[in-house]
Amino acid sequence: MGSPDNRTGNNHSCLVVMSGIRKSFPGVLAVKIADFDLRPGEIHALVGENGAGKSTLIKVLTGVHERDTGEIRIAGRPVSFRKPLDAQKAGIATIYQEFTLVPGLTVAANIALGHEATHHGLLDQRRESGQAAALLERLGADFKANLLVSELTVAQQQIVEIARALAREANVLVMDEPTAALAPQEVAHLFENLKEFTERGMGIIFISHRLDEVLKIADRITVMRDGVTVATRPTVEFNRRDLIETMVGRSLDQEYPKEKTTAGEEYFKVHDLCGGIVRDVSFVARRGEVLGLAGLMGAGRTELARLIFGADHKESGETYLDGQKVDISSPHEAIEAGICLLTEDRKAQGLVLGASAMDNFALPNLRSWSRLSFIDAHKEKERFIDRTSELNIRLSGFDQRAEELSGGNQQKLLVARWLETNSEVIIFDEPTRGIDVGAKYEMYLLINRLVKQGKIIIVISSELPELLGICDRILVMRRGRISGEISDVAGTDQAEIMSMAV
Amino acid sequence: MANVTDNKALITNRTVWWRRMMSDYGMIVILAALCVLFSLLTIKDQYPTGADAAENVWEQLEDRLTAGARLIVVTQDGKADSEFTEALNVRLEGAASTLLPAVSGSPVEIRAALEQLDSTGQTPDYILTTSAFAATVRMVAQHLSNSSSLSILSPTPHRWPSFLLPENIRNVANQITVIAIIAIGMTMVIITAGIDLSVGSLIALSAVVVAWLVGQWGGTEASTGAMIMASLGGILLCAAVGAFSGFMVTGFSIPPFIATLAMMQVAAGLGYIISQGKPIYQLPDSFVWLGRGVDPLLRIPYAVILMLVLYAVAHVVMTRTTYGRYIYAVGGNPEAARLAGIRVKWILFSVYAICGLLAGLGGVVMASQLKSGAPTYGLTYELYVIAAVVVGGTSLVGGEGRILGTLIGAFIIAVIQNGMNLVNVESYTQKVILGLVILGAVLADRIKQTRFKHKSNKPQAESTA
Repeated sequence: MGSPDNRTGNNHSCLVVMSGIRKSFPGVLAVKIADFDLRPGEIHALVGENGAGKSTLIKVLTGVHERDTGEIRIAGRPVSFRKPLDAQKAGIATIYQEFTLVPGLTVAANIALGHEATHHGLLDQRRESGQAAALLERLGADFKANLLVSELTVAQQQIVEIARALAREANVLVMDEPTAALAPQEVAHLFENLKEFTERGMGIIFISHRLDEVLKIADRITVMRDGVTVATRPTVEFNRRDLIETMVGRSLDQEYPKEKTTAGEEYFKVHDLCGGIVRDVSFVARRGEVLGLAGLMGAGRTELARLIFGADHKESGETYLDGQKVDISSPHEAIEAGICLLTEDRKAQGLVLGASAMDNFALPNLRSWSRLSFIDAHKEKERFIDRTSELNIRLSGFDQRAEELSGGNQQKLLVARWLETNSEVIIFDEPTRGIDVGAKYEMYLLINRLVKQGKIIIVISSELPELLGICDRILVMRRGRISGEISDVAGTDQAEIMSMAV
Repeated sequence: MANVTDNKALITNRTVWWRRMMSDYGMIVILAALCVLFSLLTIKDQYPTGADAAENVWEQLEDRLTAGARLIVVTQDGKADSEFTEALNVRLEGAASTLLPAVSGSPVEIRAALEQLDSTGQTPDYILTTSAFAATVRMVAQHLSNSSSLSILSPTPHRWPSFLLPENIRNVANQITVIAIIAIGMTMVIITAGIDLSVGSLIALSAVVVAWLVGQWGGTEASTGAMIMASLGGILLCAAVGAFSGFMVTGFSIPPFIATLAMMQVAAGLGYIISQGKPIYQLPDSFVWLGRGVDPLLRIPYAVILMLVLYAVAHVVMTRTTYGRYIYAVGGNPEAARLAGIRVKWILFSVYAICGLLAGLGGVVMASQLKSGAPTYGLTYELYVIAAVVVGGTSLVGGEGRILGTLIGAFIIAVIQNGMNLVNVESYTQKVILGLVILGAVLADRIKQTRFKHKSNKPQAESTA
């Protein structure tokens, strides 16, 4: 069983040993065969593309799902968790991407939640805040235990989650994409804390798409592909490239498949755009050009995109398409004019999660498929099949809800819908955030194809290597204004962009 | 890429239609179960009356009738009884027997008439009478000279549930028209994640305005044109009130609950002001055409036909048009809908206007049914309307719901009320039961939803990508 390079340690000294795990759902074999173990004092990363089976494997461990076959041992003893609480009692704490905190309660109350200290039947709030304060200090937190959770930043909320895990005296910490929403210095802080936990003998399971971080923090890495744990090796035996290759199961020619294109005539122009924090932004984009927007968080890139798209109130400024001035004060008008925006947050701003994939795909296109407002259902279905096949979106049925799709497929579904509008100007806001390597690569290929068709692509990304890898030209923003332009992308490094952005 | 997806396969892979029907319209099972329950509880001997009774008697008579036999129809006074007599007369016309002139009236009168015949040698061989009168006639006939050979025929009873009598079904349908018509608009509002509490007051406002306008334009002598104009006036006023709620909700981001609660008070107050607190009765007889009239063919009330037509239209709008699709999208995620180019504010505004309009129409129907307009109409109807929508499977969270589900929901509520009346449940107890049923329906829906999610949601997340 397992692959030849799977080196499990001495089973008795391991905190967790999962062997021969298999888990199927009706019609789907999510985990075919998986082996995984965790030793005290180590950070063991679990990587793989979306849909490789990582989350299912972890949910089998944390008691969310029950396994079909296989064995789980905790500290050498075989266990069978039926619900998440069983796993928590066994010392396994899980921190999901979406936090499980109560926003209206204080930090201390959240840490104590479910295990409140009482004194004569009343809450012993002093003891609660004392415990919370001690934990926060140990974690190097910069906030007080009497604040409400709703007043905290994402990074601070994560610290509260971790504090809660510590309060339960967990010795196994499972973290699902813990750095996705954190700024670089917050990531560094988190990693310091994780290192400190391992020194005390805790084991940490670390799931992440950010391979650079995985390579930096993990002691060992297990790669999953198509429901199988294909490799478990010490981190030193991996480099970025062969880690990716192991994940996708093929050799990678290049990370960014940029093709040489020649920019056409000037087509899209904004002049002196002001609104919100955006001040006096003017630029021109040519047909067949990928224009990047770089800048720090809060520099106004997303705000600029929303202004162009008519999503926010514009104070002044003009937009031109092919030399013609167009008046855009709502997304409706922008779409009519041929401008579309793939939003940064697909769940909150892109998808109607409870509606079907087809409904989501159809939303901005219904008008063109309807006569006297009656929808041509046949055409809708046909276009849906064509576009989802073209973009390689795998679905189980027309009725499949958008929320049931993986992150990569959700993103591709939104792209498919915008392609269907035949817009000339497509703004991608963080198009590859939270999607796996394979889907990222497909996104880059798609951008290439669109550029070849003469579309104007504007890409916002916080990952500078990505911008440098896919753009023809990059505009740098700082405090709502354009602070620099890079025309020679090939001859530029990240430091130059950073110097314009700060 | 290495693998190419071809989603054409999805066409053959779609959900079985009945499974989908059950997930959308599962509450029809509850409705069917209730109908079966009340049918079983109300089975008893049913005696036909009027023309049906005549038919029944004729069938008994047909085979044994001999030439020259003397027949007489004996009934009480009343509309159904004279129908009975008339229908028998038509049946017996041209038969080879002698039909004596029918008699009707009190037992004393009947006895006198029969003895008169007896004394003149015209003693009848057959007496045909109604079920209700049969026992009396039998007693009276004992005094006749041929009492031993005399046959007294009356309709034979049959076992049938009172619940399933055509009159009762018509009654149920009539009871729900107002609620069901308004529930169309309420379903649309609730799918956008809103609520409209003003509909009960709008019923009263509309009814009062219509009655008042008819009064201004001729009262009991008003023309058909005047009545139509008055109805349109009431309906449009309510649409305007709904539109105003919609404007408050979209223009100033006032929560729908508060905005429509305020309009509920305003509309109720206006109703009392216009009517000066008193019901308005001065309406022409023809004003009840919509509320009490029935179509000549199937005897379906016009109000019920109107309701069914509105449901058909609404169902098509919600499932086949862009407007309907946008309503679902706005309810599911307003921000995503806006960024997909949907004019969210317009959609929201319009659903409140439509809901108000339908409440106005409901008021017109009620005024027509009751042949008057009073400011007390529609009190707490908003709760019944919301209950019908919720029992029909529409989620108060928004983004989900079916128009035809609401119709089923309205029927469930009406059937429970009607059924409890038939089995003599006390009215206070009825309220308790109705409340529990609403709770039960919502609970059943929740359980179905969570089970559905557990079964299909989680694995899907893994199977894709």
